[in-house]
Amino acid sequence: MAIFVYAESHDGKYKKAGLEAVAYAKAIADVAGDTVTAIAFNVTDSSEELYKYGATKVLKVENSTLKNFDANAYAKAVAELAAGEVVVVPSTNDGASFAPLLALKLGASLVTNVEKAPTTFAPFTVARKAFSGKGIETVAVTGKAVITLLQNSFGAKENAVAGSEESVSVSISDADAKVKVTGVEVAQTGAIDLKEAEIVVSAGRGLKGPENWGMIEELAQLLGAATASSKPVADIGWRPHAEHVGQTGKAIAPNLYIAIGISGAIQHLAGVNGSKTIVVINNDAEAPFFKAADYGIVGDAFEVVPKLIEEVKKLKGVA
Amino acid sequence: MKILVCISSVPDTTAKINFTGDGKSFDKNGVQFVINPHDEFSLNKAVELQEKAGATVTILTVGDASVDAVMRKALAIGANDGIRIDADARDDFFVATQIAKAAKEGGYDIVLTGKESIDYNGGAVPGLVAGLLDYGFVNGCIGLEVEGSTAKAVREIDGGKENVEVALPAVIAGQKGLVDEAALRIPNMRGIMQARSKQITVVAPEATSTSVEVVGYEKPASRGNVTLVDKDNVAELVRLLHEEAKAI
Ligand SMILES: Cc1cc2nc3c(=O)[nH]c(=O)nc-3n(C[C@H](O)[C@H](O)[C@H](O)COP(=O)(O)OP(=O)(O)OC[C@H]3O[C@@H](n4cnc5c(N)ncnc54)[C@H](O)[C@@H]3O)c2cc1C
Repeated sequence: MAIFVYAESHDGKYKKAGLEAVAYAKAIADVAGDTVTAIAFNVTDSSEELYKYGATKVLKVENSTLKNFDANAYAKAVAELAAGEVVVVPSTNDGASFAPLLALKLGASLVTNVEKAPTTFAPFTVARKAFSGKGIETVAVTGKAVITLLQNSFGAKENAVAGSEESVSVSISDADAKVKVTGVEVAQTGAIDLKEAEIVVSAGRGLKGPENWGMIEELAQLLGAATASSKPVADIGWRPHAEHVGQTGKAIAPNLYIAIGISGAIQHLAGVNGSKTIVVINNDAEAPFFKAADYGIVGDAFEVVPKLIEEVKKLKGVA
Repeated sequence: MKILVCISSVPDTTAKINFTGDGKSFDKNGVQFVINPHDEFSLNKAVELQEKAGATVTILTVGDASVDAVMRKALAIGANDGIRIDADARDDFFVATQIAKAAKEGGYDIVLTGKESIDYNGGAVPGLVAGLLDYGFVNGCIGLEVEGSTAKAVREIDGGKENVEVALPAVIAGQKGLVDEAALRIPNMRGIMQARSKQITVVAPEATSTSVEVVGYEKPASRGNVTLVDKDNVAELVRLLHEEAKAI
């Protein structure tokens, strides 16, 4: 069973989500007794990066139409190359957008938000996230499958193989890109992408005002974490909308989620319950978040967070 | 300009999710249904375009008669009329096929959807509709204006946003940010009265086949009890995170 994977990149560099998708493809290829072929667009990174995660073959495409994202052009390009039974796509904004069109072009079934390795291959039986993390749906696919892999669900596990690369071309041109990009606004450089972050420090209305986010940012910086917020905080404009996590914001699954001054409303939990470890700091012992947490401190954020910063500094040996 | 807004009727965001005894389907018992929150942003944008640019707004839902209440709410918010495809919305390809057919037959300029539904979380329908119709597709849309036969949109990308242009007809999947949260309309009495007389056309579905079978549903394993650490012993929390959870 040939397994293909779209190794997503940005500015010529492989994204963590792309590497994770390769690692996932490798894990299932090992069980299926086959190898992984990765498809990469306009990448300057060495293919060694992908061999390390288990891609035996890397198909490299240089194509100016693919410099900007368009769902149709991407789906067409991947469909020309992905001659396998399973195609793995990371569930990034781009991946989740073109995967349905890819499935149509390949005559494959689509399974989105996959979070675990398949349990059987014939049929291809796999679990996916549903009901905003309040349920897990298991589906069985007969025939080809395109799957999108939830970010941070499987982990970018190294599993090195000897690989080779091949430069290939695809028959697409600007006419295939139906959506033209006229401008890009990236968030401040150096900031860690929320969906890819291993650690997320998040705060809610309990912080009282935007002027109090300094300590949240400091803690995040010390931990190499991304920052996030609850919905009301983004709605009032204390924090940018891009940070809002939850059912109507971003769904994330970091290794560690630290929730400070957030009540833990069901809609908030819906976006963060995939986190491996959850820490809650809240002055209300009855806050629902404690029921969903691994570790908690009942206390005032304005007292606890500065202490936490001090202790993390000690751990990291920072003055 | 004709706009088709696809509305998914989903369990209320606070609903407890349960599955039927055999684990094969979602248990609707005692669950309140609402307009899918992402669709609500798209609906509000459409109504805004109706007021500013004289667009007509038709809503479409795939579902049995039980979705009528949610459709009436969408009509009360300002849509002109509705189409209900009379079938269980059993899989994404089936739903997308119904939407694509209606979109083509009705000659809509914009098909607006939400980026995903909060129940099955597929996020598949908008892209499938675009693919079936061979229209341009903007996902995760947080800004939209129409100029002649072009839509100027802003879409979220990982780590930022992009301004894009797409020729109409197109499929646009909206999310939070497409209109201001504070500007989201709630049905008022006049809207509710008017909605009663707005037309919902019931249409028989197009048959499709699927190669995806639902094996079953389960609930995620719940976490163990929380380990509480005294607020005067924050060092202990850091030790636990470092040594026990190996998270920092
Ligand atoms: C359709 C819909 C969709 C929604 N989607 C989302 C979503 O995606 N994401 C989301 O987050 N919410 C969402 N919500 C909102 C959600 O229901 C809650 O209102 C929201 O999560 C509450 O945010 P909060 O915990 O920051 O604020 P609050 O509910 O005000 O809670 C603040 C918490 O901080 C604590 N606190 C106060 N002062 C301190 C202090 N000094 N130190 C420590 N703790 C303190 C309080 O005890 C309280 O628990 C949605 C709601 C609806 C209706």
